[in-house]
Amino acid sequence: MTPNLTYVVTVGVLFAAGVTLLLERSLTRILLGVILLGNGVNLLILTGGNAGAAPIAGLAGQERMSDPLPQAMILTAIVITLGMTAFLLAMASRTWLLTGHDEVQDDVEDRRIVRLAEQDADLPDDVDALDDINDLNSLNGVNGGDPRRTHVTEPP
Amino acid sequence: MSAPQLLLGAPGALLLVAAHALAAVAAPLAVRRLGRRALYLLAAVPAASLAWALANTGPILAGRAVAGAYPWVPGLGLELAVQVGALGWLMIVLVGGVGALVLSYSARYFAAGDDRLARFAGLFVAFAGAMLGLVVSDNLLVLYVFWELTTVLSYLLIGHDAVRRASRAAATQALLVTTLGGLAMLAGFVMLGQHAGTYRWSQIAGALPDGAYLAVALLLVLLGALSKSAIFPFSFWLPAAMAAPTPVSAYLHAAAMVKAGVFLTALMTPAFGEVTAWRAVLLVAGTLTMLLGGWTALRQDDAKLLLAHGTVSQLGLLMAVFGAGSRDAALAGTAMLLAHALFKAALFLVVGVVDRSTGTRDLRELNGLGRRAPWLAAVAVLAGASMAGLPPTAGFVAKEAIFEVLLHGSAVERVVLAGLVAGSALTVAYTLRLLWGVFGTKRAVTPTRPSGIGWAFAGPAAVLAVAGLAVGGFAPAVDRMLAAYADTVYAGTSQAGSVGPVQMGPVQAADALVVPYRLALWHGLTPALGLTALALAAGAGLFLLAARLPGEVRSTGARAYDRVLTWVGRLAVELTGATQRGSLPFSLGIILLVLVALPGGVMLAGRPWSAEGRPWDTPAQAVVAAAVIVAAVIAVRASRRLTAMILVGVTGYGTAVLFVLHGAPDLALTQFLVETVTIAMFVLVLRRLPPRFSRRPSRRGRAAIGVAVGVVAAGMAYAATSARQAEPISSGFADLAVSYGGGDNVVNVILVDIRAWDTMGEIAVLVAAATGVASLIFRGSAALRRRTGSPAPTSRTRVAGRWLATSPHPATGGTSIILQVVTRLLFHVIVLLSVYLLFSGHNQPGGGFAAGLVCGLALTVRYLAGGRAELNAAAPVDAGAVLGAGLFVAVGTGAAAMLLGGDVLQSATLDLTLPVLGEVHLVTSVFFDVGVYLIVVALVLDILRSLGAPIGADDISMDDSSLKGTMKEEPV
Repeated sequence: MTPNLTYVVTVGVLFAAGVTLLLERSLTRILLGVILLGNGVNLLILTGGNAGAAPIAGLAGQERMSDPLPQAMILTAIVITLGMTAFLLAMASRTWLLTGHDEVQDDVEDRRIVRLAEQDADLPDDVDALDDINDLNSLNGVNGGDPRRTHVTEPP
Repeated sequence: MSAPQLLLGAPGALLLVAAHALAAVAAPLAVRRLGRRALYLLAAVPAASLAWALANTGPILAGRAVAGAYPWVPGLGLELAVQVGALGWLMIVLVGGVGALVLSYSARYFAAGDDRLARFAGLFVAFAGAMLGLVVSDNLLVLYVFWELTTVLSYLLIGHDAVRRASRAAATQALLVTTLGGLAMLAGFVMLGQHAGTYRWSQIAGALPDGAYLAVALLLVLLGALSKSAIFPFSFWLPAAMAAPTPVSAYLHAAAMVKAGVFLTALMTPAFGEVTAWRAVLLVAGTLTMLLGGWTALRQDDAKLLLAHGTVSQLGLLMAVFGAGSRDAALAGTAMLLAHALFKAALFLVVGVVDRSTGTRDLRELNGLGRRAPWLAAVAVLAGASMAGLPPTAGFVAKEAIFEVLLHGSAVERVVLAGLVAGSALTVAYTLRLLWGVFGTKRAVTPTRPSGIGWAFAGPAAVLAVAGLAVGGFAPAVDRMLAAYADTVYAGTSQAGSVGPVQMGPVQAADALVVPYRLALWHGLTPALGLTALALAAGAGLFLLAARLPGEVRSTGARAYDRVLTWVGRLAVELTGATQRGSLPFSLGIILLVLVALPGGVMLAGRPWSAEGRPWDTPAQAVVAAAVIVAAVIAVRASRRLTAMILVGVTGYGTAVLFVLHGAPDLALTQFLVETVTIAMFVLVLRRLPPRFSRRPSRRGRAAIGVAVGVVAAGMAYAATSARQAEPISSGFADLAVSYGGGDNVVNVILVDIRAWDTMGEIAVLVAAATGVASLIFRGSAALRRRTGSPAPTSRTRVAGRWLATSPHPATGGTSIILQVVTRLLFHVIVLLSVYLLFSGHNQPGGGFAAGLVCGLALTVRYLAGGRAELNAAAPVDAGAVLGAGLFVAVGTGAAAMLLGGDVLQSATLDLTLPVLGEVHLVTSVFFDVGVYLIVVALVLDILRSLGAPIGADDISMDDSSLKGTMKEEPV
């Protein structure tokens, strides 16, 4: 098959734009990035099949028909993207309700590991100690308190 | 074959394994019902193994192995193949016999009300079953499964006292060390199996590789055997495992599990006894372990630890003897295996009795026990005599054989012999230390007063000790049995020069000794007898000298283990700290950079594109694509949420137009509808969020990663398309769609028929997403209530929804009455259109997804025009109920096809004549599409209700009643 360069370029740009937004902190932007990526991926799948007449029997001969299989897959993907969009939007909405912004916060447990690595300390021998609430609290103190508080905007 | 014959043969062995599994499951229940007495009942299961082995003695003695194979996973070479020869027989006798005795001993060892007894009983019986499976398996992969099962069960049993940290650490150590060896062993098995083309050991033994391949495979297998049997440098885990209750130590860490490594070595000796690498490792590691273990045992004050180090030492002896690799060495080795299991288990049980009845097992604290518990002391002395190698015990017979065989071996073997004699002297010394320490009368210590040593408690130990004596006394009979295994070892040892292929059958003559060695109590005044006497004398001397040795030191193996664990932990912390810094953008960035570096690098290196590209199919594509590109680029730069959202919407609509130009009307239709629903959703949420994004630091890094990923994706698109040469799989779909699917729209037939399973999975995802959305919004939480300022719900009473309800208040500001009226008029038309799309979708563009979205849009319009009151009036149903109904219809269609004798989701065409509609051509897959339709409608409904719910405080109060009436969730 000869590649359709228009598709190739469009796929590249949609991926680039989608990834750039995906790397943001705002959930809204991340979501927009996911949608752009979704469009890019759908086009990528579309390039796998021939273009042609609509794949409806009787309208055209089979050899002139566009490849129906990638289309079925994309159709599934489109609707899944809708479900995912709704879910992420609900998440953004709830994050906003709870914290006053829609930004993704750093993972507290991960920060703890980072701190251990910076101090050249080992993981506690005993897993039970990981649940140590005091330890977590002191960690938050190290990072400048509860990260949520730094972003509080006006209440709704 | 009759039923009894079947039970006696290979199926019987498998049934026994199954019986163990069942008993293990039932054990906790039995213990809860019957208390400690249940253990006597459970002991019947290992005893059945013993009975099975004894019943098979005849054929096995005659050289006929019990064998059979039943396919399990043929594609993976997995089969339940059973092969029990004389060696397997011996192991089953030990595993079953000692297992039954130790279980009945445990009934007295544990306190009556011990709540961990149920767990112990189940694990112990399961362990006996795993061990049985291990020794009867002929298939190496199945053997490996049982091998690791014993490892895991040993882990759980060592960690019996899970509250104690030392016990957990010991369990983890044993698990890590033996699993590591087990994995290496698996690699060795795979090497052997792949070469032979089968995983049955009985066949692999006749189709061995040679050269370095064989050596590597053997060393890997040995790694497993040595680590399991706690041979140097892996010895350290076994003494630590003494954290387990004494019955566990007696069975797992003396008689059964640690013997798995010896068993494997013995099993493979007939095939590998001639290989230099095999011999060298076993002889060196075995001798070293025997000496180190014996020396350490001599310095212990804890009777159990002394026995543990003694076990390590004896395992080394066993390995070294099997390493000699000759027929007579194999005979001596199995005799020692039997003797060791009997005396070591007995001694452990005795120490357990002492521990329980006096409260200590410290050799320095015990005093005068020999006088107060003479029978117990007699049992211990009997077992100890066997351990030290005194006549007329099993230990004596076995050690005689070992010395005799090695005396006639090569120069290397004589060096080994010197080591083993020294090791035997150590054994004598620590045996004396143990017996003197536990039972002797010392002046300086207050006498120990034991309590509650009943015959039921000490009985099992006595049985084992007497059995050791009996084996010595009936040495010729034992010899016949063990010789049945030993004769399978090629008689020519290393002196024979070049040897023929390994034979799995009796060999007539041995050239080293000319006459095969026979186990017996009396061989005359032989040099071996002299060596035994020498060991005994030296041992007695050592015991006297070693009384004031300094205490134990931590072994190098244990220190290395600690260091490796620390190092792995350190590495994990550094690696995790460097790659997962807790920031989502950072973690995603790492993943994306790997995507760019690896597939991108491979693409650059391989340049897998051959064909020339073409600019477009039609020039219109370029125009639309340009619009999409521009919108995407500006969307990235937009600082207002609404702008960004609209621009992303433009790319979506643009993509839809590209679908049209490609010849994909279904896609285009769905994409248009989805894009519209998405915009409606966004508007609902964006109303709450600030209009602008918060300012972020420099975006150059993100953009650079984005561009790199974009280039790689474009490269992939180019490479994938140009690499495509094969005929598409879908080339026959059009005909299939018409003839089988009964529809003209190929895409729709693919969705509801050809690939209906995919669609089934997808609608399940939609149901999950819809439920997730609703839960995220309506899940009442204190934080949410605080934030919104509404009072906590006081009652959960539900108000019935009213049919055609309208808002009791005027519509919220800004909504036009005219709009409301028009939407009400249009609503039913749009819903009708959606139904039309649903049913026509099989032959024309449309289908469940598109139709559902159209209906959802109709609901959206009603909502936007009149708020939730309008929505509830239009759809007075619970979205969750619709979701469930949709899923039910879709699954029901699939199940109905199955019930009617077809495949799941198979479709059929029905031609009916209905009174009003006339001829109806109906394909059953349309019902599946109805399910899809309902789920999509419910998804949109759920989204509208959830995202649109808390528009504002006044809106909540205003619509609360009508909302509650139709929502399944509790009010906000």
